[in-house]
Amino acid sequence: MTTKKVTKKAGKKTCTTLKEHIVEIISDSGEGAQRCGQSLGSIAARMGNGIWTTEIIPAEIRPPARSVAGASGNRIRIGSSYITNGGDETDLVVAFNEQVLLGRVNARELKPGCIILLENMWRSHNDQNIVKSYTEAYERLVKAGYKVVEIPMEEECLKLTSNAKRGKNMFALGILCYIYSFELQMARDQIALTFGKKEKSVIDANVELLEAGHKWAEANIDFRFSIPATPSGKQQISINGNTSLALGVMASGMDICAMYPITPATSASHYLSEAFEKVGGIVHQAEDEIAACAFAIGASYAGKCTVTITSGPGYSLKQEAIGLAVMAEIPLVVVNVQRGGPSTGQPTKVEQGDLLTTIYGSHGDAPKVVMAPATIEDCFYSVITARRIAETFNTVVVILSDASLSSSQQPFDRPQFQESWLAPPIDQSPVPAGAKPYDWDPVTGIARRFIPGQPGGMHTVTGLAHDRDSHVAYDPDINQEGLRARSLKLAALQKTLLPPEVFGAPKGDLLVIGWGSTKGAIEEAVEGLRAEGKKVASINLRFLQPMQPGIKEIMQRYKKVLTIETNWSDNPNDELINEDSRRYSSLATLLRSRYLVDVDCWTEVRGQPVKPRTIRQVLLAKLEK
Amino acid sequence: MKLSATKQLLDLYKEQSALEDYQSGVPRWCTGCGDNAILTAVQRLCRDEGLRPEKTVFVSGIGCSSRFPHYMKTYGFHGIHGRAFPVAEGVKMSRPDLTVFVNTGDGDCCSIGAAHWIHALRYNMNMTVFLHDNQIYGLTKKQASPTSPIGTKSNTTPRGSYLDALNPLTVSLGVSNVSFIAQAVDWIPETLYEIVKAAYHHKGFSFVRIIQRCPEWLPKSLDPWLQDPERVQLLHHANGLQISQGLSRVYKNQVEHDPLDIHRAREIASNTDIIPVGILYQNREVACYEDTRHSGALRTVEAIKKNFNAELDKYSV
Ligand SMILES: Cc1ncc(C[n+]2csc(CCOP(=O)(O)OP(=O)(O)O)c2C)c(N)n1
Ligand code: SF4
Ligand SMILES: [Mg+2]
Repeated sequence: MTTKKVTKKAGKKTCTTLKEHIVEIISDSGEGAQRCGQSLGSIAARMGNGIWTTEIIPAEIRPPARSVAGASGNRIRIGSSYITNGGDETDLVVAFNEQVLLGRVNARELKPGCIILLENMWRSHNDQNIVKSYTEAYERLVKAGYKVVEIPMEEECLKLTSNAKRGKNMFALGILCYIYSFELQMARDQIALTFGKKEKSVIDANVELLEAGHKWAEANIDFRFSIPATPSGKQQISINGNTSLALGVMASGMDICAMYPITPATSASHYLSEAFEKVGGIVHQAEDEIAACAFAIGASYAGKCTVTITSGPGYSLKQEAIGLAVMAEIPLVVVNVQRGGPSTGQPTKVEQGDLLTTIYGSHGDAPKVVMAPATIEDCFYSVITARRIAETFNTVVVILSDASLSSSQQPFDRPQFQESWLAPPIDQSPVPAGAKPYDWDPVTGIARRFIPGQPGGMHTVTGLAHDRDSHVAYDPDINQEGLRARSLKLAALQKTLLPPEVFGAPKGDLLVIGWGSTKGAIEEAVEGLRAEGKKVASINLRFLQPMQPGIKEIMQRYKKVLTIETNWSDNPNDELINEDSRRYSSLATLLRSRYLVDVDCWTEVRGQPVKPRTIRQVLLAKLEK
Repeated sequence: MKLSATKQLLDLYKEQSALEDYQSGVPRWCTGCGDNAILTAVQRLCRDEGLRPEKTVFVSGIGCSSRFPHYMKTYGFHGIHGRAFPVAEGVKMSRPDLTVFVNTGDGDCCSIGAAHWIHALRYNMNMTVFLHDNQIYGLTKKQASPTSPIGTKSNTTPRGSYLDALNPLTVSLGVSNVSFIAQAVDWIPETLYEIVKAAYHHKGFSFVRIIQRCPEWLPKSLDPWLQDPERVQLLHHANGLQISQGLSRVYKNQVEHDPLDIHRAREIASNTDIIPVGILYQNREVACYEDTRHSGALRTVEAIKKNFNAELDKYSV
């Protein structure tokens, strides 16, 4: 997205009007940059700006102070209107030390010429090594063309507090509120909200620091921005993807969530443990993921559909039990907040590596529904939909979220609670004489399940091959019939789905296909190219299994089709790679095998959300080829 | 047509009066398999206690013994190897009104499901567990199990198994929150029934290790105990089992043991020469996890909606 700049004089200073800006606040962990960033995001959102906040999380809980890999903080993309993704590189960064900053520079996360507000206490530090590394870094950054503004944050804060470490973040917030022309009162309100549980003296101290930062910036900073807001006019909430999933669990009427802690999924369960349990919901922390999944299956079997929440390694452990739920036809919602893999991989980083293992995983043919929310709002509604599908079709529904959605925050329209979202009470009525527990419908494969407590419905569900009475059966025809029924349910669901919406040109040169969290960045790139007259379009697949109808017909309207994903695919330019050996990305593999269309792929596994600018370059290259 | 309450109660009584009402299918266990005796004892329990078949769930894993639920005319869940406990816990958590039983083998419980077993003891959910301990993997055709005595010849240990057997009793008695541990043998139906009954009546996780014969793979391994009644020690106590006169004539090795005495229980459990039979430990005071977790908050539509909106308020911008 290009920034439109209108510069006007405000007093003796210039105030530049921007369409959007990306701001980052980073520190050692524990220094409060996260809170500063979150507050800034919330203030912007209350001003009516579009925002996309991304957490910057070091891999370790407490990396050593002043380390290149230790950056902790937040990155906020602030725009005039709705923002769909984290955008490209950063325009302005506040850094509490030069080392965490260098980490971001090395990761190529800063825009050339980016404004850097840098804590300068290190210049006069007792330790000569620190002084040296600071001055060297400073010079290197200036030379590289960054606009570095040194700020005596520590010194200024010490005027107000004995422990500057604890107040710096609010001082920085004050500076940023000044720079982005946010109303100071909004910031005061935000502080009151953030520290709402603390004593008034804490709130007052923080407000004082905020105001000091603001005042300092007014006196010392010679630039100022404004990003005019276009409020949606609707009531909005701003949350991250995991909170959104958790709210979805609450609104779906499910009673129990079984889990085992794993990054980046755990915060959803943390939140549920707080909020869900107030109304009798139960979060069971099991002894491992196998137990969590089996527990959820047992709970679903005897009652309402249950959810289990995990990430990649935990998902692998659940696979056998997921097969059991598929085989025994027990409703179950599994949330997999994907992270980098394989093995322990990159726990805090973004990747979409679990698609094929989800679709094909668990041994044998274990057809299950696989959905992928594309936005933070989607995370919420996906759970409600998943619960309903699971109970309608008596099967497993997997929701594939990822670390990009889980750690990003975005405002969206406040959901209006509907009673129909809630799971209905379980059936406890007597089962009609002669009814069978697996009376598979010949067309849809659906059978009505009998729930313990229903008189006359007694039977033993089993993971072994079974007949309509749920009797273990190795008869060849019966096995064939069971597999057919379980597979048909996906076809039946498929008939209820709508084709994906095409974003961009209805036909043309290039169609980009994505799934999950890449939607916003892909659409931004497509929109930019369209504005330049390119005939490109994109679709985002919400259902990966079964797939929505009409996909082949859409693909045929474009000369080329390309998927963009954050999972592995071989680069066709590598020496050993050719059509015989190339491993395609997950979605491309699925599309190629299903539709016999020559779908190409471009993927990246840098642990970061793909940037719109990167996608733009990929698309331009693909258009030219 | 509506039936009067009295008529319905009478029907109920009639319905449950026969053993056949809990029997389903013909068990496919080998002749002489100890699982048959366990099945008989449990079906008798159901009849005597008048358990409603539709409110009763038998959960199992995988193994010969895990076929058990199929032979009960109740609800049943024949799951996957080693995971009977977490499935049963889920059932109990979502439906405390159901009566839950678990059937698990020595491989199922003490090997692949060992982590779940330890934690199941700790959760202390109200369910009755039968460990069908035949000291071998039956279904998969004779491999050593954790409870196989050292030296057991099997298909994976043709020269004899290498490790000392794991003792399910001492392991169980070492876990915090343990509330009911008993041991029975399949060849003394009377005590088997009494122990199964006491386990059923205990509120909490009632764990009964049943030493079970597997004539197919270990036809002689229990002979020393079968042939010498002195090597079976009956535990009795005013708060535990009472031993009938008939039984006393055969089994003279008896000892009084207070089930509240966990230290003594551990000592008795450590004895492998002699098989102790009876209730080793019972503590009625241990809280059940499902009771602790069910807050009593009413899950009405209004309450859910109100809570949901209050949460959204926190995130409003
Ligand atoms: C994940 C998994 N691993 C292995 C098996 C194979 N298997 C089935 S039953 C069993 C052991 C059965 O022994 P036990 O639990 O003692 O039951 P028994 O047959 O003796 O009653 C094994 C290893 C399986 N079904 N699933
Ligand atoms: S193999 Fe052993 S445990 Fe299995 S049914 Fe036969 S006798 Fe019983
Ligand atoms: Mg066994």
